[in-house]
Amino acid sequence: MKQLTTPRMAQCIGCHSCSLACARLVYRSISWNRAGIRIHSAGGLSTGFVAVTCLACQPAPCAAVCPTGALRDRPGGGIRLKREFCIKCGACVPACPVEAINADRQGDISICLHCGQCVGFCPQDCLEMVECGDVEVD
Amino acid sequence: MRQQFRVIIVDIATGQAKIVTIDRRNEVAGGSGLAALLFTEYGHVDRPWDDPAQPLIFAIGPLTGYYPLMSKMVCAFRSSYHGQYTESHAGGRAAFALRFADFDALVISGRAAQLSCLLLGAHHVVVKEAEFLRGMDVESTGRLVRRIYKGGSGHRSIMRIGPAGENLSAMACINVDSYRHFGRLGGGASMGAKNLKAIIIQGDSHFAAPAGKSYAALCRDLYQQVTATEMMRKYYNLGTAANLATLNELQALPWRNLQQTRDETGIAGITGTAFADTTLLRNGACSGCPVGCIHIGFIRDRIAADNRYHYHQVAYDYEPIFAAGTMLGVTSAFDVLRILEVIERVGLDAMSAGVALAWATEATARGLLSAAETMVPLAFGDVGAYQEAARHLGQGSNAFYRLLGQGTLAAAGRYGGAEFACVLGQEMAGYATGELFFAAQTLGFRHSHLDTGAYSYEQQHPEKDVTRGVDFLIADEPGRVFLTSMVGCLFARSVYSRDRLAECLEAIGFPVLAGDIDATAEHIRRLRWRVRAGTGFDPASLSIPKRFSQITTWKGPIDQSYLDAVKSEYGIRIQALIAKENDQPR
Repeated sequence: MKQLTTPRMAQCIGCHSCSLACARLVYRSISWNRAGIRIHSAGGLSTGFVAVTCLACQPAPCAAVCPTGALRDRPGGGIRLKREFCIKCGACVPACPVEAINADRQGDISICLHCGQCVGFCPQDCLEMVECGDVEVD
Repeated sequence: MRQQFRVIIVDIATGQAKIVTIDRRNEVAGGSGLAALLFTEYGHVDRPWDDPAQPLIFAIGPLTGYYPLMSKMVCAFRSSYHGQYTESHAGGRAAFALRFADFDALVISGRAAQLSCLLLGAHHVVVKEAEFLRGMDVESTGRLVRRIYKGGSGHRSIMRIGPAGENLSAMACINVDSYRHFGRLGGGASMGAKNLKAIIIQGDSHFAAPAGKSYAALCRDLYQQVTATEMMRKYYNLGTAANLATLNELQALPWRNLQQTRDETGIAGITGTAFADTTLLRNGACSGCPVGCIHIGFIRDRIAADNRYHYHQVAYDYEPIFAAGTMLGVTSAFDVLRILEVIERVGLDAMSAGVALAWATEATARGLLSAAETMVPLAFGDVGAYQEAARHLGQGSNAFYRLLGQGTLAAAGRYGGAEFACVLGQEMAGYATGELFFAAQTLGFRHSHLDTGAYSYEQQHPEKDVTRGVDFLIADEPGRVFLTSMVGCLFARSVYSRDRLAECLEAIGFPVLAGDIDATAEHIRRLRWRVRAGTGFDPASLSIPKRFSQITTWKGPIDQSYLDAVKSEYGIRIQALIAKENDQPR
């Protein structure tokens, strides 16, 4: 089981290609927000970029507060999302310590599923799929 | 897919907005076409550029947000520089922010009672008083705006003006997200005339992706094409700065107010390679563009005898290096960035400012100007003097600088020296490639080197053939106009062929537009020219200063009769486009 990591964000140029790919391919959306990985500036464009995405907690605090089982722990870390079970209660959003879950005005959430679709759309090689358990933390 | 345009009209005086729906997609596409259409609706040909009722228009296109490099926004306004309708284009995040705010265009009318900021998103439109920002430079304004209006980091665009825009300088730019600009023809003054210091657009909504597999597959193909092939390498490697050495070698690089077209020794410190090796700090990208052509250099200044430094990041490209480097006789990469940093802060267009100061320097050498006017003695290569002069130009420190800010020819009209003013409709772009380019910039719609590929054509076709040259200019324009109606980056024109654009439009639900690109492009081209003509464009009123006839390029001395002939013929052909009657509303 692999998970998405963002080991080379210093190389990020802020093109949003990863977010746009996730929105398009995973959440079937055209969006900056409706994506499991979102790129923010670290305080204006002169200070570089940060990737806001799931760190694959194990157990996942967002899954722990989910009242319907829409979010369940994924083997190795992170969550599995059953969208049909989500009642849009929003409890998971504040439960995430790194603000990796986005909820839109309709209450639909987007969160990284560690599928790796975004990795091929990073022109700067910032992203990498790594075996869970082999992740090096800076 | 919404076929209609959804446009928000904001009266900046009252803070009231209205949403209008316009059902003319297949006629004008978006971007350049939409902006021209909106000017016919909301612009006033019988009122001056700074009348509060004149609109300041920002428009995106049908492909914005959907495909790589469709990352540009069109800004259209009645120009403070020449009083006529014009466009300026910029990247950054502005286009995507407007897309995700769910508008195809933003039209700002009125004049705020006090200096103000406009905050816009899918779910909000607010005008906030911001008199405390008056006189503040572009960088500080950006920093403060980010601090005051929190939220949406990375998913918004902050467009702002500096002192030059507030002073209504015709050389004032609109800074977009720190490193991109609506640079030319005084868009910053149009914001200043509305008492509008900053526009913050939040891209906070989303849309359903087009159904079916073709859209996602097309996105993947295009992404591969622009990242995995050599096609775009020149833009992200050395960037446009790579052209410095090439054009210098060709004897086509303007130096020292175009007194030279080549400097064998001076070029070494300011080539694309020199910038990359010494000053390049990092790269950046417009939203949606994996190419990442933005090159950001650094400068550092020692602030004390001990090792205390502060540093600044300054974006560079071919044109700013030409303007603040070769035109001013400045031959160190760091020194070029030092001048550009001041130009950025005061919110001037770099090309216009550099060319204007180059003229002022030669005028000083000829005794037409002195420090009584320029406040600091100007001499080619004097970096400190140019930093000071750029600051004065942006701030309009005295009558001379205020006049120079209205255009080099405006100042030359008062002080003399029009014959060596490097003005081709506006301050020249950095291409002394020859007669065809000089005529093309002088008469081009935006007076831009990107209106047509004249500078490139001229390098490949040195023969003096008036008909073929002008045929090329006329034939080259519609394709560019269509791309700027999508709104794509013109660097992407090799990727987005007509057939590719048709595929892209078809895949997201614009089949009619996809099937009629040529006719639509031609219609938009003529619409733009007609709007321009309605605000006073007359090719006969535009002349090419003597300096342009006094130079030698790799082709030899400029041929005055050929220059006159291509300019005359191009003017006639543009007039014919404007007058053509068989292009009725579609």
